[in-house]
Amino acid sequence: MSTPDNNPADTPSKTPSKTPSNTPGNAPDAARTAVGTATGDTPWATGEEIIRFQDVTKRYGRQVVLDDLCFSVYAGKHVTLIGPSGSGKTTILRLLMTLIKADEGSIRVEGDYLTHEERNGKLVPAGERHIREVRKKIGMVFQQFNLFPNMTVMRNLTEAPVRVLGLSRDEAEQRARELLEMVDLTEMSAKYPSQLSGGQQQRVAIARALAMRPRILLLDEVTSALDPELVAGVLDLLRDIAHHTDITMLTVTHEMNFARDISDCVMMFDHGKILEAATPEKLFNDPEHTRTREFLNAVL
Amino acid sequence: MTWGLWNNWMLPGIWITIQVTLYSAAIALAVSFTIGTARTSRLWIVRFLSGIYFELFRGASALVLMFWLFFALPIAAGWQLVPMWAGVLALGLTYGAYGSEIVRGALAAVPTAQREAGIALNFTKLQRLVRIELPQAWPEMIPPFNNLAIELLKGTALVSVISVADITFSANLIRFTTTESAPIYSIILVMYFVLAFLITRGMRVLERHAKAGVGKAPERSGGLWSKLSLRRGRSEAAGAITAGGAR
Ligand SMILES: Nc1ncnc2c1ncn2[C@@H]1O[C@H](COP(=O)(O)OP(=O)(O)OP(=O)(O)O)[C@@H](O)[C@H]1O
Ligand SMILES: [Mg+2]
Repeated sequence: MSTPDNNPADTPSKTPSKTPSNTPGNAPDAARTAVGTATGDTPWATGEEIIRFQDVTKRYGRQVVLDDLCFSVYAGKHVTLIGPSGSGKTTILRLLMTLIKADEGSIRVEGDYLTHEERNGKLVPAGERHIREVRKKIGMVFQQFNLFPNMTVMRNLTEAPVRVLGLSRDEAEQRARELLEMVDLTEMSAKYPSQLSGGQQQRVAIARALAMRPRILLLDEVTSALDPELVAGVLDLLRDIAHHTDITMLTVTHEMNFARDISDCVMMFDHGKILEAATPEKLFNDPEHTRTREFLNAVL
Repeated sequence: MTWGLWNNWMLPGIWITIQVTLYSAAIALAVSFTIGTARTSRLWIVRFLSGIYFELFRGASALVLMFWLFFALPIAAGWQLVPMWAGVLALGLTYGAYGSEIVRGALAAVPTAQREAGIALNFTKLQRLVRIELPQAWPEMIPPFNNLAIELLKGTALVSVISVADITFSANLIRFTTTESAPIYSIILVMYFVLAFLITRGMRVLERHAKAGVGKAPERSGGLWSKLSLRRGRSEAAGAITAGGAR
């Protein structure tokens, strides 16, 4: 199987202190913001900080969707966002994928600003080149799969590696075949998306994202559009990816058992704020806030 | 009408009409895609200029534009267009303005989700347009392009005014010499109809191919096709047709 060969040296400390063991130099208070909303131990806040939201606010008209949001995600960790409908979970992923822009605050990926770049010591709105440079570290899987209907499965998997990464067609097809094997769809490579079931389409979409070898994978309710009997296959695949690769995963899901299995950290959202962030054991068994408890009672 | 008139005027007239239609359609198609995609540009100046083109040439009378190109341009520029090319240009530029609306509309109808999937895979804007948006919009453009092509065919009769010897010009000429108005105009009515019908048939074939290419079912998909897919090349397209329309 193909995995990105980045290897963050994160040794989860058995007794995590309030300050993470190994925060990169320029982010002394990142840990504090991450821990600030956190309850209990914070074993996910170790290693290299890969995503950082700093005072991010997003509005639609007068509605504040994300409210002065601060949090960090560390390399190789799996963070799951839960919360009621409309609380802003999708908005976070769409901001990271540069599909929308924040109104205030900054987002950094591996220290680089997502929408700004430094030129002559000044922060200016980023050009397309800078955005694409940062964006290539991030992959996303959508609720509705969003495969390209005008391309075969093979083309869906190879088009971006060839056109964007500059792989040769042979290399790209080799990579695609490995991924198709991983998602158990080897025989489907010549089919069009409309000829596949929803579950198969979503597995192709996951393979398509992985073909770009992102460091960060964003998953937005990837099983919500699937018939119930197809959900397990997709979740098993994601469990595999979570356990056998070192991709950083930021997941929005309503599948709480899945969240429990793969997460290093679960963040509970409400009204555009992080209500609490904790290990799945802590959050699911002993949440701090009544609001979290109510939400979990409603969905579990 | 005598065979001499038929052979010397009507047959070449048909050929001229076909030529004018094809050339102006080619120009109109190029203009449609250029202006149509420019009007979806992120840069306001590109949108603005292409918008001006659209408004100007949609509002311009093809006949007057043709007169202008044929009679006024020589005075201003000092060189003369061949009559047929004045007609072709006038038709191509005006029908291209209508066509740009078809391209723009079909591009706008491509789901935003497709654009976003393209961004998530880090395609450039041009790559998204060429590899994702246009291929998906193309099948939607064909039926309106069919209408426009037929309008254009009928519009080619305008060139007879600047004495390009197309079907209409020949018919008028024959009428002057024989004064048999009723049969002659009946005949060319049928001729335009037959040409329009041929365009529609051609477009149907195009549409079927285009829709199979995006895994969509055309209106009348052949249940027979999938059973009779003896040729290997067909079987894939037929499979796409039967399984199409799932989304
Ligand atoms: N394009 C938009 N225009 C206006 N409002 C929007 C837009 N996109 C999102 N919103 C609003 O932003 C809020 C947060 O939306 P978001 O999609 O992030 O919620 P969510 O937590 O993902 O919810 P769900 O669980 O239902 O997917 C919602 O109230 C929504 O109505
Ligand atoms: Mg959502």
